[in-house]
Amino acid sequence: MFFVATGAVLLALVLVVYRAISGPTVFDRVLAANSIGTLAILFLAALGFLTGRPEWLDIGLTYGLLNLIGTFAVLKFFRHGDLAFDVEEDGTE
Amino acid sequence: MMGTLVVDILSWVLICAGSFFVITGAVGILRMPDVFSRMHAVSVIDTAGAVLLVLGLGLQAGSLLVVFKLVVVLGLLFFIGPVASHALAQAALQAGIEPKLDQDRRGQPVAGEMGLDNTANKQTNDAGTGSRTQ
Repeated sequence: MFFVATGAVLLALVLVVYRAISGPTVFDRVLAANSIGTLAILFLAALGFLTGRPEWLDIGLTYGLLNLIGTFAVLKFFRHGDLAFDVEEDGTE
Repeated sequence: MMGTLVVDILSWVLICAGSFFVITGAVGILRMPDVFSRMHAVSVIDTAGAVLLVLGLGLQAGSLLVVFKLVVVLGLLFFIGPVASHALAQAALQAGIEPKLDQDRRGQPVAGEMGLDNTANKQTNDAGTGSRTQ
């Protein structure tokens, strides 16, 4: 049954990677990248159970935290053009 | 013996349902027309697919530590999904991306609330019907 879960997540990853490559706007790519992160966590969990080594869940957790930071960094960059933007300093918001 | 069979069947059902929702969300990301409706497809993966898959895996977990890690994964996804979606929608709106609408109702007065051009209807409409002007 873990094989079913792993295969389904892999198929979903292929479809989402296609959207990330062909996305017309940058936000489509960010959305697809965020979704790839979620699917990667699920893939690591399912693969860990498939190979009998659930320790892979730790890698999945780390990947999820990195994914959140990465998504915010990209969004902040494309919204303000600057990763060090601060509303209190700037005041133009 | 009977108990493990029941747990196996329940786990199968949860994992198959989760796989179905994950593939459904991925097809939605591929085929939806604009970025806002694609976010709606992502939420299917983030909520239904992830929760059902993790629950199905958790029923097969051998030790309590693995169950705890799965719960932490679930909590992480529970908080990451809405926060990232909110930030993405706000950034996309501020970048000037317009949602594709079949029927644009933004800026139209709502009966009983705004009442700009339908003061006559204001008395006839009960408060809280929620009907919109055409």
